[in-house]
Amino acid sequence: MSSSSGSKSSGSRERVLARVRRALADVPRDERPQDVRVERGYLRVHGDRTTEQTVELLAENLADYRALVHRVDAAGLPRLLKRLLAAHGSQSVLVPPGLPPRWLAAADPALVPDREADTAYELDTVDSVVTGCAVAIAETGTLVLDGGPDQGRRRITLVPDHHICVVRVPDQVVGSVPEALERLDPGRPQTWISGPSATSDIELNRVEGVHGPRMLEVILVDDRAEGQAPSMR
Amino acid sequence: MSGTYLGMPAFPKAAQDAVRNETLRGNLRHATHTIRDKRAKAVAELADWDRLRTAGKDIKDRTLRHLDRYLLQLEEAVTAAGGTVHWAADAEEANRIVTYLVKAAGGSDSEQREVVKVKSMATQEIGLNVALEAEGIAAYETDLAELIVQLGEDRPSHILVPAIHRNRGEIRDIFEEKMGSWGRPAPAGLTDNPAELAEAARVHLREKFLRAKVGVSGANFMVAETGTLVVVESEGNGRMCLTLPETLISVVGIEKVVPTWQDLEVFLQTLPRSSTAERMNPYTSMWTGTTDGDGPQTFHLVLLDNGRTDTLADEVGRQALRCIRCSACLNVCPVYERAGGHAYGSVYPGPIGAILSPQLRGTGSEVDASLPYASSLCGACYDVCPVAIDIPEVLVHLRERVVEGGEVTRNGERVTIKPAKGHAVERAAMRAARWALDHPGALRAGQRLASRTRRIHPKRLPGPGRAWSDTRTLPEMPAESFRDWWQRTRGGAQ
Ligand code: SF4
Repeated sequence: MSSSSGSKSSGSRERVLARVRRALADVPRDERPQDVRVERGYLRVHGDRTTEQTVELLAENLADYRALVHRVDAAGLPRLLKRLLAAHGSQSVLVPPGLPPRWLAAADPALVPDREADTAYELDTVDSVVTGCAVAIAETGTLVLDGGPDQGRRRITLVPDHHICVVRVPDQVVGSVPEALERLDPGRPQTWISGPSATSDIELNRVEGVHGPRMLEVILVDDRAEGQAPSMR
Repeated sequence: MSGTYLGMPAFPKAAQDAVRNETLRGNLRHATHTIRDKRAKAVAELADWDRLRTAGKDIKDRTLRHLDRYLLQLEEAVTAAGGTVHWAADAEEANRIVTYLVKAAGGSDSEQREVVKVKSMATQEIGLNVALEAEGIAAYETDLAELIVQLGEDRPSHILVPAIHRNRGEIRDIFEEKMGSWGRPAPAGLTDNPAELAEAARVHLREKFLRAKVGVSGANFMVAETGTLVVVESEGNGRMCLTLPETLISVVGIEKVVPTWQDLEVFLQTLPRSSTAERMNPYTSMWTGTTDGDGPQTFHLVLLDNGRTDTLADEVGRQALRCIRCSACLNVCPVYERAGGHAYGSVYPGPIGAILSPQLRGTGSEVDASLPYASSLCGACYDVCPVAIDIPEVLVHLRERVVEGGEVTRNGERVTIKPAKGHAVERAAMRAARWALDHPGALRAGQRLASRTRRIHPKRLPGPGRAWSDTRTLPEMPAESFRDWWQRTRGGAQ
């Protein structure tokens, strides 16, 4: 139920609703919402693409928004993660509870579990974070995190300055925004990420990295292929 | 900073002051043209843009025509997900509710009398920061542009880029002078390099984010069927405010509701492309009530009327409530480009401000009465609007209202307003019309932008403009430059 929050607002719910109804006096009493036509003639996805092309488009659009994109097969993933963390000089890395242990088995930095009790100050001392994702959108170059076991709490991909996100291709890749929403559960908290944090507030110059991670790396890991040599981009 | 700038001069006076400020004009021109061109490219990428635009308009119309039902559905869903819903009939009530909630969250600890804020038009509109300050609560703006505005004790001039009127040198000076008195000072030897300025803001704000107990936000969308709120942003300050504090208070206009989760597929495509000209903005946060162990454990939603139901009562004017605050209409407006955002005397500048402010606040003041005249009716705003708000149509409608008076709804009551004829209000309106129409620069740009798809382009203006359009045609494009013309004629004001 709505709350009166200790002020005289208890009557305001009825007052606002009554005003809305009076304002809509011109709407026929028997009109239902579905009687107001919504013309959904727009496209589900823009263009015809093979699965491979969709993954390729994702990589392109991610890179266009200054994410660093890497491609690798499942076997090569631990080695790549080890290398990327070392290249960034990371001493510590946040790990969501459900991240496959194999991924960071070879990595050198101290592994910091994602715990509720940690304060924001503690998170601020961690160098990197590695997560999976829920879905990735090719047309917009977007990664969606929904707090799944391999993604953790929203704040762990926010406070550290370096985020490595692993996308399983092609399973987790969709073409378009409509296709992504279809797959997502509105009940879960979501963060849609398209490139590193940025601002254009100073004379419209794009500057990467204001408050979120200044470095976003995305690994497209091919789960299907057997014996395919890891190819780096 | 108050949302309604009392004592603001009427539009033409403020606009003339702005035109004399060359820095402001230079910044604005550069900014609006840059975004305008980028937006056109981002929109052209989608072959179905017109269909997305139509769907966006339809969804908003469906929502508005059944708003009571969707608000109740939203309230139920948010409550079921662990949130608490409050209703505020006006700005004063919303401020009172938020103040109460902040105090309740902080307990007796006076150090906790502060909030971090993510840029929100609604909280600016109600003047929340000033109200909190009066109660001894510090409200920190965390959007870079809002920070520049707040530190500079300034007013925002653009919906999306509120500090669009400041150049890098001015920003550097503001940071150097003011950061120290708000918290962590700017680093020694700060230059005007944008990357350095952004870094200074990152460091200055981080300590505030990390210790914040209460976050205050608005929302771009609220989904009635699921109770989900959506905040679209770029910098990550939104994520900080939405996920680190223990308590989150979101103040959202009642028109921000959309019926279904699926409806987001339209707006999440049209909003980023229309506003920042990106395929997608860097960060979008979505949350439904509270989530155990992740993010704020207390969530309050304050649903704000503050003139929205009055606007809804006007069958022509209600389309202004479809607005998703993308600011595309500002960037194409020849009058905005020359007059600057401050001339509109409201947190809503540009074409949308010219139709929204007089409806939210009424046309009682000179500035509000003159706003419907702050346009050359070129129609460029309608062409770019992602929810197809026919701004020229509403402007003409409001002009009639100002001049001829008639029945309107104010604070939920039907009242009859007197015609402005012969009053100071009419003279202010006339001056605004003359400014917009007589202004060769503004008009020329307007004519260049005017497009074939425009539905309305009245040859005769109603109201005070009528006498005018009967006796004269619109001025020809002058051979001299706008600046030369201005210096020669002082804008025709004398
Ligand atoms: S009126 Fe239309 S173009 Fe202007 S800000 Fe609102 S949605 Fe955008």
